[in-house]
Amino acid sequence: MSENTEDLKRSPLHDRHVALGARLVPFAGWEMPVQYEGILREHRAVRESCGVFDISHMGEITVRSTEGTKAAAAYLNHLLTNDASVLKPGQGQYTLMLNERGGVIDDLILYRTRTDGFFLVVNASKLSEDLIWLEQEADSYYTVRIEDHSAGYGALAVQGPKSQAIYEKVAKRLPGSPALPPRNGIIKVVAEGDEDNPTPIRICRTGYTGEDGFEFFCPAAQTPAWFDAFLEAGAVPCGLGARDTLRLEKCYPLNGSDLDGYHTPLEAGLKPFVKMGKDEFLGHDALKVQLTKGLPSKLSAICVTGKAPPPRTGYAVVDPETKEPIGELSSGSLSPSLGTGIGLAYLPLEKSAPGTEVCLDIRGRLFPAVVSKKPFI
Amino acid sequence: MNIPDHLRYLESHEWIEPGGTEAKVGISDHAQEVLTDVVYVELPEVGKTVSAGDPVAVVESVKAASDIYAPVAGEIVAVNSALQEDPAVINTDPYGAGWFFAIKPTDAAELDSLLSAEEYRAKLS
Repeated sequence: MSENTEDLKRSPLHDRHVALGARLVPFAGWEMPVQYEGILREHRAVRESCGVFDISHMGEITVRSTEGTKAAAAYLNHLLTNDASVLKPGQGQYTLMLNERGGVIDDLILYRTRTDGFFLVVNASKLSEDLIWLEQEADSYYTVRIEDHSAGYGALAVQGPKSQAIYEKVAKRLPGSPALPPRNGIIKVVAEGDEDNPTPIRICRTGYTGEDGFEFFCPAAQTPAWFDAFLEAGAVPCGLGARDTLRLEKCYPLNGSDLDGYHTPLEAGLKPFVKMGKDEFLGHDALKVQLTKGLPSKLSAICVTGKAPPPRTGYAVVDPETKEPIGELSSGSLSPSLGTGIGLAYLPLEKSAPGTEVCLDIRGRLFPAVVSKKPFI
Repeated sequence: MNIPDHLRYLESHEWIEPGGTEAKVGISDHAQEVLTDVVYVELPEVGKTVSAGDPVAVVESVKAASDIYAPVAGEIVAVNSALQEDPAVINTDPYGAGWFFAIKPTDAAELDSLLSAEEYRAKLS
């Protein structure tokens, strides 16, 4: 996919990134920072202290029904794999939207807000496709109202063991200085007289790094001021490069790489987020067939065992005895925390058990590796 | 930007040290900065005969792998195997401890056709 820089969307933090000397790259139609000072340093900051990521590219959608939350949940349950009806006000869940084959369209976080229905945070690259599916399925749920607030929102992910302490410093500037919500929770922060703002500040105790942290959604124009506040409080600016190594160490799948329209969430190891027992949802029948007949493949964690070049997406995974390819890496990197190469690959079921020896074909040479338990750390 | 005057350069950002029968080769300060944290290096075999422009080594950061090209034709006479244990010196000392390999040029005059420090500086600006 070729992307001209002039066609790319710019985050409300663009000037901040430039001033901080970030390296900007095209990502999902946006020009985003891949790193500031260096991926290794930024990775370490999040594991040991606290980092702040610009996630303004992500999509924010609200779903509500004129008939109330129950009706909105029934509609979402028809579209998504997790059970929206179990969410209490202020709670969130990881969930997936599938095609009829059971393949993944998008993975997202669904929050039930305290007052106004549901808040969905989706991948930037899938926003338009998500909206098409959401609207198409809403035809038979005519009380449902879907609104895309992505353009109005900026967003930050503040992640790391010190994120709560950093939040507490910054929260003094928020109306009412609210406490962070519990894990997977969401709160809305509204100043008096601003009740009708379509993009109120929302703070969610979620993230993509495996560390404690939160995601901070605010009106696009306010984003630079909040970014500055988190930096001032001690968060280190972090780019997409560190975001990728952090999530890969925790085996969080990346849509478009580890998730695609051909593999099901069962193959991706995401069964806890698929509720087969609820009413039928899109892709349900294809998953049922897999559960009866067995999975064709499983997204496996692969760890290089010796000295080798960093694994990269697309490298073949090879059977060490037959030397035949048995899969290819959907993600790969050096793990900054472990100092060894790690990756993910869909492997045939019989080759996917932890401890199975495999090889990676890197530029024509074979390097030994092993299927590991998830997550890597 | 640190571009020592006594070295010769390629547009692909390698440097070579003229004046001896064992010319050290590495990557420029600019190249290490663009690459970011170097995490892995693949070096050529000593004794290998190479042509100018041959990809002879690989340098990898967390995000990408890049080829390192032979600046001139010749024989690889030494490699800096310390890089395999500590590739990060390429970032901290690209013109010193971060050298990749040494080449014995078939024709020492070939180095004169490479970019001078001044010419390389002009390419970067």
